[in-house]
Amino acid sequence: MPRTTIVQFPGSNRDRDMIAAIAKISGISPTLAWHTDTSLPDSDLIIIPGGFSHGDYLRSGAIAARAPVMKAIAAAAGGVRILGVCNGFQTLTEAGLLPGALMRNARLTFVCKEVKLQVANATNAFTAGYRDGEVIRCPVAHHDGNYFADQKTLKSIEDNNQVAFRYAEGTNPNGSINDIAGIFNEQGNVLGMMPHPENLIEPAHGGQDGRRLFEGALNMLETESA
Amino acid sequence: MSMNTYSAQVRVTLKRGVLDPQGKAIEGALDSLGFEGVNQVRQGKTFDIKLDANSKKEAEVSLTAMCEKLLANTVIEDYAVFVE
Repeated sequence: MPRTTIVQFPGSNRDRDMIAAIAKISGISPTLAWHTDTSLPDSDLIIIPGGFSHGDYLRSGAIAARAPVMKAIAAAAGGVRILGVCNGFQTLTEAGLLPGALMRNARLTFVCKEVKLQVANATNAFTAGYRDGEVIRCPVAHHDGNYFADQKTLKSIEDNNQVAFRYAEGTNPNGSINDIAGIFNEQGNVLGMMPHPENLIEPAHGGQDGRRLFEGALNMLETESA
Repeated sequence: MSMNTYSAQVRVTLKRGVLDPQGKAIEGALDSLGFEGVNQVRQGKTFDIKLDANSKKEAEVSLTAMCEKLLANTVIEDYAVFVE
């Protein structure tokens, strides 16, 4: 059974959705970790969920990125799969575990709606359940999702195929450069994304396009298709 | 050496070339209030910090480390440190 750890910060609010999604998909409840923890249990997948950590004071994810638990996450990032969604993505960039930064949405408003995502690289475990170029549905809910990286960083991200998802068909909701919705680290075991795949994993959600991301991350795709 | 208390100001601004939609919105609001001739507004942050240090130089070194580690996100922001 795949072991998942979900890290909670003061102000995490999508953690419950993530716990429910993981329990449903993997068949086993995730272990929960608190931001003050200095070590994490052995895990196949570590998730930083969405919300507003520490009130998002200073910059979104900035305080969370300096929390004690991030040292354990940085150590795990050497090999363990790590997923940051929304505030988790902001936290991973603030911690330097992913390149670039997430700035205020270009239109300055909080966006809460469904967008279309194009799978930009399906060769990674996280995206192995999708086809390259496939367009999927996914909800977004954020104020600071405007991905930015300087030209040199952007070039290296693109050259290394580190873009996981792009906003498709003119649905870029926040002004992100190159329509970037989610990126991998160089090694490919850390994924950060603004959209919320955990909110589209069962028919009751109105669709399950997000489900394959977790099945891929948890090496559950074979059993799924068998 | 005795410790002195220094008053410092740290200014954090967006790097040149980084779009500032908030600054743009403020620019538009100034225009609609009738302020003419405003060509550009860039929004930033200031931090007023009181700190104990052995010297002004030591205070500056410490504040610079604070900027690098927390106060600024150097991917998108520049910072300047002023110690009185």
